[in-house]
Amino acid sequence: MSTVAGEMDHTDHHHHAPSGITRWLFTTNHKDIGSMYLWFSFIMFLVGGSMAMVIRAELFQPGLQLVDPHFFNQMTTVHGLIMVFGAVMPAFTGLANWMVPLMIGAPDMALPRMNNWSFWILPFAFAILLASLFMEGGGPAFGWTFYAPLSTTYSSDSTALFVFSVHIMGISSIMGAINVIVTIMNMRAPGMTYMKMPLFVWTWFITAFLLIAVMPVLAGAVTMVLTDKYFGTSFFDAAGGGDPVLFQHIFWFFGHPEVYIMILPSFGIISAIIPAFSRKRLFGYSSMVYATAAIAGLSFIVWAHHMFTTGMPVAAEIFFMYATMLISVPTGVKVFNWVATMWRGSITFETPMLFALAFVILFTIGGFSGLMLAITPVDFQYHDTYFVVAHFHYVLVSGAIFSIMAAAYYWLPKWTGHMYDETLAKWHFWCSLISVNLLFFPMHFAGLAGMPRRIPDYSLQFADINQIVSIGGFAFGLSQLIFLWVVIKCARGGEKAPAKPWEGAEGLEWTVPSPAPYHTFETPPEVK
Amino acid sequence: MAQQHEKYYVPASSPWPIVGAIGLGLIAFGAGHTVIDMKNEVTDGWGSNVLFGGIAVMIVMLFGWFRDQINESMSGLYSNQLGHSYRQGMSWFIFSEIMFFAAFFGALFYARVIAVEWLGGAGNNAMTNEVLWPAFEAHWPLTETPGGTKSGEMGWFGLPLYNTIILIVSSFTCHFAHVGLEKNNRKQLTLWLAITIILGCIFLYLQGAEYVHAYQELGLTLDSGVYGNTFYMLTGFHGLHVTLGTLMLFIMFLRVLKGHFTPDNHFAFQATSWYWHFVDVVWVCLFIFVYIL
Repeated sequence: MSTVAGEMDHTDHHHHAPSGITRWLFTTNHKDIGSMYLWFSFIMFLVGGSMAMVIRAELFQPGLQLVDPHFFNQMTTVHGLIMVFGAVMPAFTGLANWMVPLMIGAPDMALPRMNNWSFWILPFAFAILLASLFMEGGGPAFGWTFYAPLSTTYSSDSTALFVFSVHIMGISSIMGAINVIVTIMNMRAPGMTYMKMPLFVWTWFITAFLLIAVMPVLAGAVTMVLTDKYFGTSFFDAAGGGDPVLFQHIFWFFGHPEVYIMILPSFGIISAIIPAFSRKRLFGYSSMVYATAAIAGLSFIVWAHHMFTTGMPVAAEIFFMYATMLISVPTGVKVFNWVATMWRGSITFETPMLFALAFVILFTIGGFSGLMLAITPVDFQYHDTYFVVAHFHYVLVSGAIFSIMAAAYYWLPKWTGHMYDETLAKWHFWCSLISVNLLFFPMHFAGLAGMPRRIPDYSLQFADINQIVSIGGFAFGLSQLIFLWVVIKCARGGEKAPAKPWEGAEGLEWTVPSPAPYHTFETPPEVK
Repeated sequence: MAQQHEKYYVPASSPWPIVGAIGLGLIAFGAGHTVIDMKNEVTDGWGSNVLFGGIAVMIVMLFGWFRDQINESMSGLYSNQLGHSYRQGMSWFIFSEIMFFAAFFGALFYARVIAVEWLGGAGNNAMTNEVLWPAFEAHWPLTETPGGTKSGEMGWFGLPLYNTIILIVSSFTCHFAHVGLEKNNRKQLTLWLAITIILGCIFLYLQGAEYVHAYQELGLTLDSGVYGNTFYMLTGFHGLHVTLGTLMLFIMFLRVLKGHFTPDNHFAFQATSWYWHFVDVVWVCLFIFVYIL
């Protein structure tokens, strides 16, 4: 077998995808599994989004209009849980499934059957979580952070279902992460050294490590909630020698690395797209790698900045404040590198690039408000206000989700073999960009003026701001239907995409035809 | 057809992952409803039926999945590279287990060093103590909670010490079995593996006896405050892991009797042995931080 082409002929008989429902149920193919992750994530994005619409509809006017407060709380809680665990994380796992083997020249993920298991757990986990909304007493209403004693003493019966669904989501994430990390360590094509890996692979490598490190801690936290509520333990009950604040420590030890799990792969995506459309190599590749590792490392020692108002000793507050501010150094390195990559590049503004640019600017805004929140004394004012809501939606929606959309537009030609409709895509971008700012920017002012988060009603002086925010919210929600339209249109047909549709793009994924054949790189390519 | 590289084995489609997902889904749904029914003292038991159904599905899945893998391995489909994937996968899995225990150890340290001390008025918490439970004095083990629940204290001498010795010895016997396998000395392998399994069973039996002693004579229960909580959650999850490890060792024993494993192809055995050593290390930490200190 001397040539790659000969090898392709030889293995042609299983280049065709099996058909029927069993293809999807029994598959071991990273591309099939990646597609299922991405579609699942998009469905969850729409489900979680509808809950956000309920929230914004209720908040359109002061006073209780549409839903009762308990249901409102369930909406904020399940909206958060679904967007974090059902939309953003599976979207990244889907992208990793599709792209990591293509980027490192591997025939598939390292553990293909476990890969399928990781995916198929998710529909069951979220079916259980959503079903709990219809139980007597309602679903989880304690916020996605499920602080004790809200989740123990004061929660509804359905809490056990919440706990076990989080358990199996965690199992899914851990298995997915093990798969990614082992694929990257063990399946790179000859010559693909660590420092030659595309940054999306690097950032996922580090993300996978974070996932394996902290998802078990979340499992521990929900287990303690379960035993506190149902089995008489008192981990989070001072009468038994425990402490509700202990819950927050354990939760945020998971929670802070978790928020980086939701942003590091974005950094990888942006680091692929900006060079491609600037027609320049990425500025400062190795500093990007080290910055990612530094951010991940720091994420383990900053968790208590979520808890400045719990009455920690001053020494701890100061430590966590400075440690948190330190994160802006590696993050600044990244933003600097992206801008420097564009500097004197010959830039074109296709939709992936537009989303990437919006990411850089809007994520930076979210980063700055994060820096404000990191400062202990002023956090006492911002804590639990809409300022916090504005902050994390800037980094998660116009950060993580914009990067996922950028990635989708960037790789759709590779996935479907067709170019997407650029005009519609631009409509999607501009509608999203304008509405997302209308939605989240005024929240900063509401928060600074003292509007608390997670309330169904508010004082009259916040009425105007909330109305603007709600209009932005509805517009943003509707804009995403354009995205759905573009994706379906692209999957069904369109202009035929060449192997490398983007002039400046680099990487092994562009060396295979579009759409990528069912099996790729059965003979590993040689990387020089 | 001489190929330069080893071909990485990508399995054809398999029904087991979706079966496993259904199993886990049923377990989660069933366990949730079992717990809820228990709290509401409902006894129609459909929750637990779903739970046991899920466990049955999982057992079928594990059996089928491992049977497929063993057949593939025995028919020589696996390359060294795949062996690396399995080994790295197992190492990362053990790392995730370490982090799971870390959550409970973290709770133990926090309760002991911070929560209980503060309730007793340490630091600047004099008023906390004065207002909430003025009579409460911080001590560890917390044999009397601020709320007034009393319990006994579990010493380290006696059963726990024996158990420590048993598990440490079993780590060595497991290693001897592994050495036997690598030297292709099947007799040594079988013998030491059998001894390891027996030691694991003795450990579990003694742990059960200790629980009975704690519940009936010491009055130390799962709900007797944070000392009992951390004691039972840590030793309980550890005991669950020992049970799983012993089961894995037993399956390895059956496979050894059937003539499986060669000196250079024995991932399952190696993974089981790693798991066993991990369980031992957790116990040593437990013995130091839960029992002695």
